[in-house]
Amino acid sequence: MRIQYNFAFLDEGSKREIRRATLKAIAIPGYQVPFASRELPIGRGWGTGGLQLTLSLIGKSDVLKVIDQGSDESVNAVSIKKLIDKTTGVPATDATEAATLIQSRHRIPEVPLRTGQLLVLQVPMPEPLRMYEPSELETKRLHGEKDYSGAWLMLFEQIMKYRSVSTGADHPVMVNDRYVMAPSPIPKFDNPKMNYSEALILLGAGREKKIYAVPPYTQVVSLAFEDVPFEPESFPGHSCRQCGAEDVFMDELYDSEKEETYYQCNDTSYCLQRMNAQPLV
Amino acid sequence: MGQISSPIMSVRQLNKQFGKGCEQCSNSDNRKLERNYCRACGTVYSCQNLSFDLYPGEVLGIVGESGSGKSTLMRSLYFDQEVTTGEAYLQPYKEGAVNLFQESSQQQKYIRNHLMGKVYQNPVLGLRMGFSSIGNIAEKMIAAGNRNVAAMEARGSELLDQVHIPVYRMKEAPKKFSGGMQQRVQIAKALSNNPPILLLDEVTTGLDLSVQANVLDLIKHLQRELKISMLLVSHDLGVIRMLADRTMVMLDGRVVEQGLTDQILEDPQHAYTQQLVHSLL
Ligand SMILES: [Zn+2]
Ligand SMILES: [Zn+2]
Repeated sequence: MRIQYNFAFLDEGSKREIRRATLKAIAIPGYQVPFASRELPIGRGWGTGGLQLTLSLIGKSDVLKVIDQGSDESVNAVSIKKLIDKTTGVPATDATEAATLIQSRHRIPEVPLRTGQLLVLQVPMPEPLRMYEPSELETKRLHGEKDYSGAWLMLFEQIMKYRSVSTGADHPVMVNDRYVMAPSPIPKFDNPKMNYSEALILLGAGREKKIYAVPPYTQVVSLAFEDVPFEPESFPGHSCRQCGAEDVFMDELYDSEKEETYYQCNDTSYCLQRMNAQPLV
Repeated sequence: MGQISSPIMSVRQLNKQFGKGCEQCSNSDNRKLERNYCRACGTVYSCQNLSFDLYPGEVLGIVGESGSGKSTLMRSLYFDQEVTTGEAYLQPYKEGAVNLFQESSQQQKYIRNHLMGKVYQNPVLGLRMGFSSIGNIAEKMIAAGNRNVAAMEARGSELLDQVHIPVYRMKEAPKKFSGGMQQRVQIAKALSNNPPILLLDEVTTGLDLSVQANVLDLIKHLQRELKISMLLVSHDLGVIRMLADRTMVMLDGRVVEQGLTDQILEDPQHAYTQQLVHSLL
């Protein structure tokens, strides 16, 4: 016997509630809107916040892309795609420019996003001040008063400890000159892609029950001290071993046969696309 | 003292009560209280009609036992809690024309961060015990708008040196320090923005006698050097005698006697003050 699921798994009432929270999030860029996080057939902490956004927004005419740390083929990305396919029939793609709805964990694709596309980011920890202040009541008050000393203090502590800003990922950003926001654990390399993004960016935290957003053409500035500028990861002198790309976020890998390290695009579909476009030697 | 000059801080009719009050106790002229407590309705009158002035460069001591209202007064002045009624004016803030208690919480934060410093009896209230010492000092500078790491590090090192903490220990967390050192870090933090006013609440209580003497010496030295105005609260008349130019004696939420410290010590008028002075001898 086959169970008949509602289109996109969630019932219509739940979708409406999530959409209402999403609209509010878009209206107040960077502000964390609480929502009633639903149970899903995957565990909380495995992208349920992003998935609920995707399920509440997906329509029959959408084209879906799901990536997990740059990979379209990871177990996690595949199982999310399967769930959505089973309950919607919406086709999935690896090509960033072909997708209308992109759910991603820990990366923003290398291909620049454009108007009309929607990027959903999975968020484990939405509160940028949590390490500084454990109480939710207090952090809400701090956001209300635009008191971000705590975010700056945490950066200061890192600089004292490591002599540089060591946030490899989730480096806090100021959105629309009002709310400090956790961009989710994307590398610093991806932070500038949020600034005046043409695509709508939605962020969902299932376990923490928060939705927030960066609407198109919104200013997003990475926090940085006057004398310690924000520095995204860079890979000077290195290019992708497979496709030769230079100005992309790369993984450092080790070839045990040749006993050397090499670099490779972290965004696998971008890399494949470049390789396919190159003439065969 | 320079009593000819105008006060740097004026407090008028400050009241702080816990409870709603009743017919027996609402009228401040003839309330029937047991100490500061109304038996009929359970209301506690922690501060009753407190009025006083603090002059530039002066140390004003406030002595009393626990429950006298002296710490409640300090919390009120640093906006750690709201007053019931009353006024306070700071000469460096809007030329002393505005009642601080009527200002918005954002303005009160501005006053705290730029014009005041406070040292708490319990260092947990004044410090983040797990953050570095230099970070603790920087927090107050960050809160006052400083965004330059090198400048804050230099100022923090200078302050640590001033309070006799070896600069090489600046990255250690206060939780690793002795009680006396923790109070020194608090003092350094409180002084970081060169505030005209310092609030000291039982800063040496609980420390070993020799450590107490060292911390008191430090405060005396800093006060002479920086000409900072201080409100110094203690239950210990010995501490007051060592540091305060003038003294207020508090009992059950009221000021029972005030004057030059020497005069109060030599010729106490109120029975309670006499008892305090005799126990000192
Ligand atoms: Zn590549
Ligand atoms: Zn009463």
